[in-house]
Amino acid sequence: MTDAISVAGLVKSFGSTKALDGLDLVVRTGEVHGFLGPNGAGKSTTIRVLLGLLRADAGTARLLGGDPWADATALHRRLAYVPGDVTLWPNLSGGEVIDLLGRMRGGLDKRRRDDLLDRFDLDPRKKGRAYSKGNRQKVALVAALASDVELLLLDEPTSGLDPLMEEVFRDTIREEQRRGDRTVLLSSHILAEVEALCDRLTIIRDGRAVETGTLADLRHLTRTSIQAELAGPPDGLADLPGVHDLRTENGHVRFDVDTAALDSALRHLTAVGVRTLVSRPPTLEELFLRHYHRNGTAAENDAQVSR
Amino acid sequence: MNELTGTGKLIRLILRRDRFLLPLWVLPLGVIPISYVAAINGLFPTPAGRQLYATASAHNAGFVALYGPLNGSSLGELVAWRAGFIPLVIGLFSILTVIRHTRTEEEAGRRELLGSTVTGRHAGLAAALVTTFGANLILGTILALGMIGQDLPTAGSWAFGVEFAASGWMFAAVAAVAAQLTSGAGGARGIAIVTLGAAYVLRVVGDISGLTDGPLSGLSWLSPIGWVQRISPYGDDQWWIIAPAAGFTAVFALVAVALSVRRDVGAGILPPRLGPAWGAPRLRSPLALAWRLHRGLLAGWIAGFVVLGVVLGYLAAGVGDLVRDNQQMRDIFARLGGAEGLIDNYLAGMMGLFGLIAAGYAIQAGLRLRNEETGGRAEPVLGAAVGRFHWAGSHLVFSLLGPAAVLAAAGLAMGLTHGLNTSDIGHELPRVLAGAMVQLPAVWVLAAITIALFGLLPRLTAVSWGALAICALFGLVGTALGFDEWVLDISPFTHLPRLPGGQFSAAPLVWLSAVAVALIAAGLVGLRRCRDLPIT
Repeated sequence: MTDAISVAGLVKSFGSTKALDGLDLVVRTGEVHGFLGPNGAGKSTTIRVLLGLLRADAGTARLLGGDPWADATALHRRLAYVPGDVTLWPNLSGGEVIDLLGRMRGGLDKRRRDDLLDRFDLDPRKKGRAYSKGNRQKVALVAALASDVELLLLDEPTSGLDPLMEEVFRDTIREEQRRGDRTVLLSSHILAEVEALCDRLTIIRDGRAVETGTLADLRHLTRTSIQAELAGPPDGLADLPGVHDLRTENGHVRFDVDTAALDSALRHLTAVGVRTLVSRPPTLEELFLRHYHRNGTAAENDAQVSR
Repeated sequence: MNELTGTGKLIRLILRRDRFLLPLWVLPLGVIPISYVAAINGLFPTPAGRQLYATASAHNAGFVALYGPLNGSSLGELVAWRAGFIPLVIGLFSILTVIRHTRTEEEAGRRELLGSTVTGRHAGLAAALVTTFGANLILGTILALGMIGQDLPTAGSWAFGVEFAASGWMFAAVAAVAAQLTSGAGGARGIAIVTLGAAYVLRVVGDISGLTDGPLSGLSWLSPIGWVQRISPYGDDQWWIIAPAAGFTAVFALVAVALSVRRDVGAGILPPRLGPAWGAPRLRSPLALAWRLHRGLLAGWIAGFVVLGVVLGYLAAGVGDLVRDNQQMRDIFARLGGAEGLIDNYLAGMMGLFGLIAAGYAIQAGLRLRNEETGGRAEPVLGAAVGRFHWAGSHLVFSLLGPAAVLAAAGLAMGLTHGLNTSDIGHELPRVLAGAMVQLPAVWVLAAITIALFGLLPRLTAVSWGALAICALFGLVGTALGFDEWVLDISPFTHLPRLPGGQFSAAPLVWLSAVAVALIAAGLVGLRRCRDLPIT
């Protein structure tokens, strides 16, 4: 199987700011690929380079077997794009924008368009200036999802959508996944969304890919936070492998634990006797913080473990 | 008074945002007339010379259309008269400033952000108006002090300053009302500018009719532009006209306030309409999209030019009457070719004005590209299977052919009306139409400057307005300022044949078109080869 997107060593600077600093990214044909990163990490810049809107300073980028800069127009017939910040023409109705964008890409599935309008509960007769942020987002989503294309480039597509609509969005992406012939690059800064939808993901920070792989591959990055009130002192808990940052305060314990070590840690707690228990899955932010620890201050971290 | 809480802070915000923009129009517009003093003094050093120039000018319909009526021949009166076009420009900038800080802010959603802080309901509108009033007051003061510094009468100089300031005030208030009517800034700007244009046309019709004591001479009194000119600085200093001007300003400001409490933030008084649920089958290309984005503007410009053409064409025949009836006038204008020459001179002068205004449209249409880019609306189009040439070309069509349509409309309207008036359509229509169409190559050069900047220096695209301002300055007042020939040659309009009446020569049309093509090619290559999109 060929790769839909392959990017290596991509560099892009805006003046003195380095937006991309040697980015690598591979998206396989037919997969839903999560592209995770905090604000300003370079996600939108990457997508714009892939669209041939921005010209990379260094590195290579291949998209659907072509050069995104030189073959832009031909490649764009085979992809649909949802910008992160959707602005519409104030005097065109939503329906007109959907049809126009679809036709300029080279075709729109009418039945699917109507079905999507219905599911996203969008009134296509309103003029561009009358839509809220979420509804503008829906216009761009319907236009992209109803297009008959091989590749979807979605830049934070659910920003501004309410939880109900987020669920509709997830359903539609799962349908694309089942059809199996469409590739999706889904940029996001919401871990839950990526976890729910993506086959593989790439985490980017400061213009560089810091992790890439399947969700299972990346599980090793995740730690669960545990807070518990215990019946007795948690002797020996600190010595268990995979337990980090243990703090004890008159019967209360707080610690982070690697997913692989969760079971043994909980056994240890129940052996002591658990009165209350709160467990919190890791947030993306913690994942990034951990990355800083692993890469930046690794020596200090190791020193703590060995002690 | 808590409806106005925070006005001071908002004024500071406006001054911070416009710290370069405001001086950019306030200073030159205040200073330009001051420089006329030396220029006119140099050209006509003796009272007798001024008298001769004044007599000829006061009866030249072309001049009267541009600058207004001239009642005396003192140095001050000549300067104030020659600066008669500037109140219109001040009105325009005042409109743009007020809309920029009211409806544009609201459309962009920033007013909402500010509205959630401790600011009164009317603070935004009040801040925009106070700032614009203040800017006009400073403009008038600069002018008055400068004229006094040139040893002109003090009272007249202050009257001159008031003439300028009052024209800004009145149209700032007009813009404040327009800003309440539509939910889009573009629509509000359009309404206010059309009002300004109507005021100008009323004055032109009234003043030209007044030359021959025609029945329409009263129309000037319906126009705010006509009012302020009747202050006649250095003549009889009609101070009382400040009262209706102030009243007009107050009424419109109060109407704006009254309208603004009757609507929601973000909404207009005119209700938004629903559009079609489906795109028409034609709506499938960048050109079709560009047509949707440009057609309203184009229709507005064509309508405006037709009205202007009919009015100015109607007045043309009367221009010659004066010379036919009056021996002294006949002698003065003999070297211009008598009545026929005078009419042709008037027609050609109006064509030059049409050309300049049409160039404004060409730049406005070209700037759409930049607006689409900064507004984030170029991205979805270029993200579809649309190349950059194709996208830029779709707007370029309107920037190049739009002015052709607009000029043709004006030429046809003017030629038909003048032809009907003189019962010689077969003779007049082609001559007048040709006079309009020869403007096109110069208009294209300005459109091409816009495109070249857009492709190569996108952040400076709006500088093309500056290029037009220079052309307008040279065309309208260049000779009065005594510029050298080579300086005037910078403006493409200087090279055009003066038709009807003048000698036709194809060479300048060809090489001006070639310059335009070269600039456009440079811009397009820049856009395609080495440009990130969007650059904001």
